[in-house]
Amino acid sequence: MSALKELTEVRRPRGAPRVRERNPDNKAAYLFLAPWLVGLFVITLGPMLASLVLSFTDYNLLQPPEWIGLENFERMAGDPRLWASLRVTFVYVVVSVPVQLAVALAVALLLDRGMRGLPFYRSVLYLPSLLGASVAIAVLWRQMFGADGLVNQVLGMLGFTDLPSWISNPDTALSTLILLHVWTFGSPMIIFLAGLRQIPRQYYEAAALDGAGRVTRFVRITLPLLSPIIFFNLVLQIIGAFQSFTQAFIVSGGTGGPADSTLFFTLYLYQRGFGQFDMGYASAMAWLLVVIIAAFTAVNFLFARWWVFYDD
Amino acid sequence: MTTDSTMQATRTVVLPDAARQREIGPRIRLTGWRGSRLRSVLKHAALILAAIVMIYPLLWMVVSSLRPNDLIFRQPGLWLSTLEFDNYVNGWNALTYPFSQYLLNSAIVVIGAILGNLISCSLAAYAFARLRFRGRRLWFAVMLLTVMLPFHVVVVPQYILFSQLGWVNTFLPLIIPKFLATDAFFVFLMVQFIRGIPRELDEAARIDGCGKLRTFYHVILPLMVPALATTAIFTFIWTWNDFFTALIYLTSPDMLTVPLALRVFIDSTGGSDWGAMFAMSVVSLLPIFLAFLLGQRFLVKGIATTGLK
Repeated sequence: MSALKELTEVRRPRGAPRVRERNPDNKAAYLFLAPWLVGLFVITLGPMLASLVLSFTDYNLLQPPEWIGLENFERMAGDPRLWASLRVTFVYVVVSVPVQLAVALAVALLLDRGMRGLPFYRSVLYLPSLLGASVAIAVLWRQMFGADGLVNQVLGMLGFTDLPSWISNPDTALSTLILLHVWTFGSPMIIFLAGLRQIPRQYYEAAALDGAGRVTRFVRITLPLLSPIIFFNLVLQIIGAFQSFTQAFIVSGGTGGPADSTLFFTLYLYQRGFGQFDMGYASAMAWLLVVIIAAFTAVNFLFARWWVFYDD
Repeated sequence: MTTDSTMQATRTVVLPDAARQREIGPRIRLTGWRGSRLRSVLKHAALILAAIVMIYPLLWMVVSSLRPNDLIFRQPGLWLSTLEFDNYVNGWNALTYPFSQYLLNSAIVVIGAILGNLISCSLAAYAFARLRFRGRRLWFAVMLLTVMLPFHVVVVPQYILFSQLGWVNTFLPLIIPKFLATDAFFVFLMVQFIRGIPRELDEAARIDGCGKLRTFYHVILPLMVPALATTAIFTFIWTWNDFFTALIYLTSPDMLTVPLALRVFIDSTGGSDWGAMFAMSVVSLLPIFLAFLLGQRFLVKGIATTGLK
């Protein structure tokens, strides 16, 4: 059973009889679940509710919260930096996730089962995705795409002159962060590799006997059988990309600049909440993020029925 | 580095689910140019090129950390004419405290987080995978939803809560939530793993007179070592890298974790002392790299299985 089916089918199938369980382990179960339940209510659900309430208040941590109704949301509608951060985040998610997944799939396809050197390639290509979220790599990126950085040194050797500083140019700064995200294609690649292994080779052999070419075999066998995994990667990567923070913070020095071109939504939320202690506004922003992510996820699930194919 | 065949072998041994994997027939070469030698050569060439491009910035950073500052801006190559450790000495002592202090802080947080995740997530996972109780489906659905919940929606009230408890500028806000299984992703991972362990073992233990706790501790826990290792290593890497939470809660100079120290470094030098910055970046990446080398098998398996079964 795929993890994703698990996510979609947590409820009892329609029409299935409700089974009264004999000898339930209620007491033991809730003892085992106790830490998780405390965490759920104290660290997750409680704060969620609190942040919903706070989003209708003006609160700076010092004075008690003051109820202001929908004012935070009205202010958000007229806040150009908020719109800028939304645009930046949308572009980042919509460009970097599909490109990253396409690269991950392409490389996974190159890595055949049983090929020579597979563990080596897999390790080298996977490593960046473990390091990618670190401050150290963001520091490296800052240097690489700076005026005298590695990228311009290489381009200079190839004869290019008058090279810009990629991170201080509003037109190119976001692209460098997208490139950083694509660079971390290793973890979806590993999931694709595992998925490719699950496809029985007989399918390909039968198709080859019937005269199907490589492209046909890819489109008719690989893609459909891999579609649940593509979907799984897509959903999780989108949710993850919406929450990117460290890279933009370090590369822009915490400003989201130049000209707000790398002002990720979470970065703006941080500035509002923990820079200016505008906690009510930050809570309202957080709920907007929840709504946006939920909407993206829902649309994903909605479209899934047209292209995601379940074998079992 | 393990070869692929040993990977396969360990997979069958340690991952009971693998036994249920679809039987895959012997590999038959497909006709046409798929099997040809030229194609294989081209493929390796493409992969080697990709690997070099991917890894080049990392190697260049390591090499640059061993170069005098003025050379960093003129040498995109990887050769070293001299070997200088000045950057490491400068970087180590550039901030208020020596870098060892920040490494120690990070180590405390990471060890606490690993312990927390291992204990709390395995307990919850056992209940979800093995015990029958009222509300099981509902709680499981809630647990899956929290995996997808953006962290930012709880961060403001959590901050208020922890600051009222007087926990700001302590490591507690980074550690205590882990003891409460807030990284639900690992609960999910362990549930999937436990489901692959034959139920007969539980029943045998029950017949032998084991209670739930003893069954969990003496039967399930030893069998789920691979899942625990995966959790430990991912917790290590993610907590070590964690910047946002540390940024919010740790502000006094003696409490900084490694990522925060690097960030303070950038601000204090105005981003000019690249050599020292790279040196400390290398130092900060080294533990992750070691975790990667030691735990590669579990990392690969852990990430691969979450997307599949």
